[in-house]
Amino acid sequence: MTAAVVVDTPSSPQLSEPTGGPHPGHAPVVVEVSGLNLVFPTKDAPVHALKDVDLAIKRGEFVSLIGPSGCGKTTLLRVIADLEHPTGGTIVVNGGTPEQARLDRSYGYVFQAPALYPWRTVLRNVQLPLEIMGLPAGERKARASESLSIVGLDQFERKFPWQLSGGMQQRVSIARALSLRPELLLMDEPFGALDEITRDGLNLHLLKLWRETHLTVVFVTHSIPEAVFLSSKIVVMSPRPGRIVEVIDCDLPAERDLDTRETPAFLAISHRVREALRKGHSYD
Amino acid sequence: MAPAASTAAAARGLGPRLMTGSTVPVTVMLAALFVIWMLAAIPMNADRVSMQFDRQDVSPTVTDFVTATWTLDRAVLPTPIQVGREIVDSTYGVMMSRFRGWDRAVDRLLNHQRSLLFHIRVTLESTLVGFVIGTGLGILLAIGIVHVRTLERSLMPWVIASQTVPILAIAPIIVVLLGNLGLTGTLPKAIISAYLSFFPVTIGMVKGLRAPDPLQLDLMHTYSASRGQTLAKLRWPSSIAFLFPSLKVGIALSLVGAIVAELPTGAQAGIGARLLAGSYYGDMPALWAAIVASALMAMLLIGLVSLAERLVAAARGGRI
Repeated sequence: MTAAVVVDTPSSPQLSEPTGGPHPGHAPVVVEVSGLNLVFPTKDAPVHALKDVDLAIKRGEFVSLIGPSGCGKTTLLRVIADLEHPTGGTIVVNGGTPEQARLDRSYGYVFQAPALYPWRTVLRNVQLPLEIMGLPAGERKARASESLSIVGLDQFERKFPWQLSGGMQQRVSIARALSLRPELLLMDEPFGALDEITRDGLNLHLLKLWRETHLTVVFVTHSIPEAVFLSSKIVVMSPRPGRIVEVIDCDLPAERDLDTRETPAFLAISHRVREALRKGHSYD
Repeated sequence: MAPAASTAAAARGLGPRLMTGSTVPVTVMLAALFVIWMLAAIPMNADRVSMQFDRQDVSPTVTDFVTATWTLDRAVLPTPIQVGREIVDSTYGVMMSRFRGWDRAVDRLLNHQRSLLFHIRVTLESTLVGFVIGTGLGILLAIGIVHVRTLERSLMPWVIASQTVPILAIAPIIVVLLGNLGLTGTLPKAIISAYLSFFPVTIGMVKGLRAPDPLQLDLMHTYSASRGQTLAKLRWPSSIAFLFPSLKVGIALSLVGAIVAELPTGAQAGIGARLLAGSYYGDMPALWAAIVASALMAMLLIGLVSLAERLVAAARGGRI
């Protein structure tokens, strides 16, 4: 697989190499989507959730999928995770089918809600995927503790989910995804339900985590500042039918903090994302 | 504010605590019940009492008349005092009559035909055996219904139809059939208990095993969890909140089932047999004593289920 940025959208794509983030410029492709279509049959008319989607995600990239509701960003993420099945086109995840990637447990998935089990302690919640993998108890404990310290919650192992704040619960769910030691982290609006202050904190946290772990992240959001702040590449999508309008490289310096949002470079990229969103929306 | 409030609560005297606790309401309710029962006993027993006085050719004073209705030997409605005396006679009295050491006394209490506790023990045995069978069956049915689509369509109508048949009609059939197969004693009664108690467990557990939301199921899917793993680690723990209410209904129905099963076959032992004997011989205090005993048994059994629920909740971080 070659390391070209594959973008076959009708609108003029941006083809410059991403410079933000710790990844090398010519990394192997982790997710390759081409000509992907997904049609949900409904009673009145079939819904085109994804239409002719082409996208390549290279190792170490932080790719945000942004767009209004119904643009298929979550559906695309779910196709990568083998939670939805495309009706046309091809998709390669980690060199194989999404199903194979799921069976290999090569990705971690973070949902909109923490989806923690209220009857399990924080530590046992993080151990859940490891129990399913059948790891021995000692290794489960070690891995879960390690994941929790990555998200800074090693002091809360014995708490129950309801004893934590919403932001902390979501961090536990990130730790749970990390305990699988995935190469690919799929995140579906993980901070969408949180207040802005908590969200800022978690964005910083996630950025640090990404730099340290060299994970590939696919991140669904509908917040422009969040997408620009976190990403090395922003995929702008549009609804009816769900499709990619534009792919924007986010070449901000790798070291970002909350002040980065005030810089002209940040505002310029935000503007381009907003323009692309408007373009996608103009004829509906 | 919170610490101050709790200190104030701790510093409150006996009086306020009695007012807020359950002691006062329960006592008031019992006292009211006692008064209503005593008052009701007067008109209910009036006919027999006036017949007695007529026979003796005396015209009683109001006090004599009322006292007579409360102490009538074969009362239509015995007073709670008479019922209480019957309960003491049929437990402590049986235990202590012809006292020859405590071992014998306890043995009489548990095994003598005249002891109320013996009958309670017999009924409890089939109640508990039936409850275990019914709960197990109910859970297995629910797991089957949740996992196999055709089972839901084929089994569910039968599950519901089974409960529309009057248990009074079906109980003698089951007892007689099993008797012909050589099964007597606890088991036929337990099967009737199970017949009644599996139903709430099945209904509750079908709901409970389906309680996980799509997100939680998707999560298990991303882990490539097998159906068995999803059942053990997600569906089963999610259903616990539905299990205990079902168990409370189920154990009460088990008790009803055990008593009903004792009625039609003229069983010699058990609360049902006691009820039958009481109504057969017009021994109203014995009848009422059996009813009080069954009510106390139901409270005890439901209390045990609640205790188990609390222990499980504690193991799950205080929440079911």
